[in-house]
Amino acid sequence: MQRSIALPIHKERTLKLPLNKVLPFIVPIVVLIAWQVSSNLGWLPSTILPSPIAVFQDGISLTQSGELPKNLSISLYRATLGLLIGGGIGFILGFINGMSKTCRLLFDSSIQMFRNIPHLALIPLIILWLGINESAKISLVAIGTMFPVYINTFHGISSVDKDLIEMGKSYQLTKKQLFSKIIFPAALPQIFVGIRYALGVMWTTLIVAETISASSEIGYMANNAEDFMDMETVILCIVIYAILGKVSDLIAKSFESLFLEWKTLGRNNA
Amino acid sequence: MNDQFISIKNVNKQYDKVTALENVNLSINKGEFVALVGMSGGGKSTLLRLIANLEKPTRGSVTINTNDPVSSTRVMFQEDRLLPWMNLVDNLSFGSKNKEDKRKARRLLDLVELGDFADQYPTQLSGGQKQRVALARALMTDPEILLLDEPLGALDALTRRKMQDLILNICQKNQLTTILVTHDVEEAARMADRIVVMKNATNLYEETCPSNKNAGQIGIVADKVLAEILGESHREVKYA
Ligand SMILES: Nc1ncnc2c1ncn2[C@@H]1O[C@H](COP(=O)(O)OP(=O)(O)OP(=O)(O)O)[C@@H](O)[C@H]1O
Ligand SMILES: [Mg+2]
Repeated sequence: MQRSIALPIHKERTLKLPLNKVLPFIVPIVVLIAWQVSSNLGWLPSTILPSPIAVFQDGISLTQSGELPKNLSISLYRATLGLLIGGGIGFILGFINGMSKTCRLLFDSSIQMFRNIPHLALIPLIILWLGINESAKISLVAIGTMFPVYINTFHGISSVDKDLIEMGKSYQLTKKQLFSKIIFPAALPQIFVGIRYALGVMWTTLIVAETISASSEIGYMANNAEDFMDMETVILCIVIYAILGKVSDLIAKSFESLFLEWKTLGRNNA
Repeated sequence: MNDQFISIKNVNKQYDKVTALENVNLSINKGEFVALVGMSGGGKSTLLRLIANLEKPTRGSVTINTNDPVSSTRVMFQEDRLLPWMNLVDNLSFGSKNKEDKRKARRLLDLVELGDFADQYPTQLSGGQKQRVALARALMTDPEILLLDEPLGALDALTRRKMQDLILNICQKNQLTTILVTHDVEEAARMADRIVVMKNATNLYEETCPSNKNAGQIGIVADKVLAEILGESHREVKYA
């Protein structure tokens, strides 16, 4: 009796896992196939939307010529540097405001006010100050990514369970230990939320900045292609932005599951 | 010389508008097990926090007769207050890399019968198991005084009974001076040498427990204490 019950349950389990892996890919694949078929049948003129295969071939030839890798690495460099600067400043501000009441009173309301300005509205000002060069684009990314990291670090640190801090104090932990053993790990999930949000902001900011003031990067490639009606490359650039966004989110996610392993354990995540 | 181990003299504790403690006096001998019972809001936790030096009295003094009163006093809180991002060993040693600390943590986890769980995380444990870890953590620094603030309140009757025995055993073996806050007069009568009733901010009533802890004696003491807390009305109902 028991066996006949146990077996189907086992079967269901082995079936479920690959299905979970396959399901997310179904929609993109169907869209791609439909797109290609419509192009082949001539429903979609290549001046409106070139076929996926044409875009892919364009990607290959641009890679072979070295143009794509060069522009890609410039964009990546700006994105990373901007994020490091903006995220770093955001983290430090969030840290000091979260830890010290005086700093919070001194800085928080001013930062909140500044935050309400959409950072893309600063583009003209930044171009006037810094010109159309590296530092302008990196600064824009830094400004855009600073706020999500700041807000989440600040919120994460200031909402750490007071009971845990009291417990740490009663066990005579030093200030440094209190931070590294209790406050920082408790705030880390919230900090990661900020970083993942900042990654999204990072790419949009970069796309806008590169499209407006282009010299040599993915945005420049797209703009240039636009001038020559090179639809394949325009689409290619959009696809590359999508892939970059997805990849950076995946990287963030894997860091998250590495550092927050304890969150996935236990009984209450059924 | 005064041989009282813990002496609380004319202590007053004021929070904004609330007087939590008013002119409280209490002495506790070394090795004694005292239960603190009373109405909710009566100031039990406040008194414990003063003894643990988590807060200072507004007036009066709390003296503990030992070299380093702060590190020889450990609190086990009502909630387990374990760190979910550390495994049990690290929860006890606060992530110390020191081999001796780790060995000691494992030994204490063995003592509370959780040796097999040493590398697991708090979220993987039941409520009673977590409380045992909290107890083991309180013992890490070899305290002389153990302050227990309703640590068993959330446990079911069976687990509770087992925890009571475990705590009693450990306190006797290590000759700890223990103060247990509890709502349960039965528990107080079962575990303590002496019961201190906090009727309100200022009024203390004490009841010595018999050393002979059979069910009958426990019941009698518990009834007396309960009558004291609730006042005459309880007695009238009981004997009507
Ligand atoms: N941090 C605080 N700020 C203001 N008032 C407080 C604070 N802590 C305690 N009190 C007040 O002091 C009084 C005594 O509180 P305490 O927590 O000591 O009671 P208790 O006997 O432990 O009650 P319970 O059995 O419900 O835990 C209460 O009136 C409470 O409101
Ligand atoms: Mg209390």
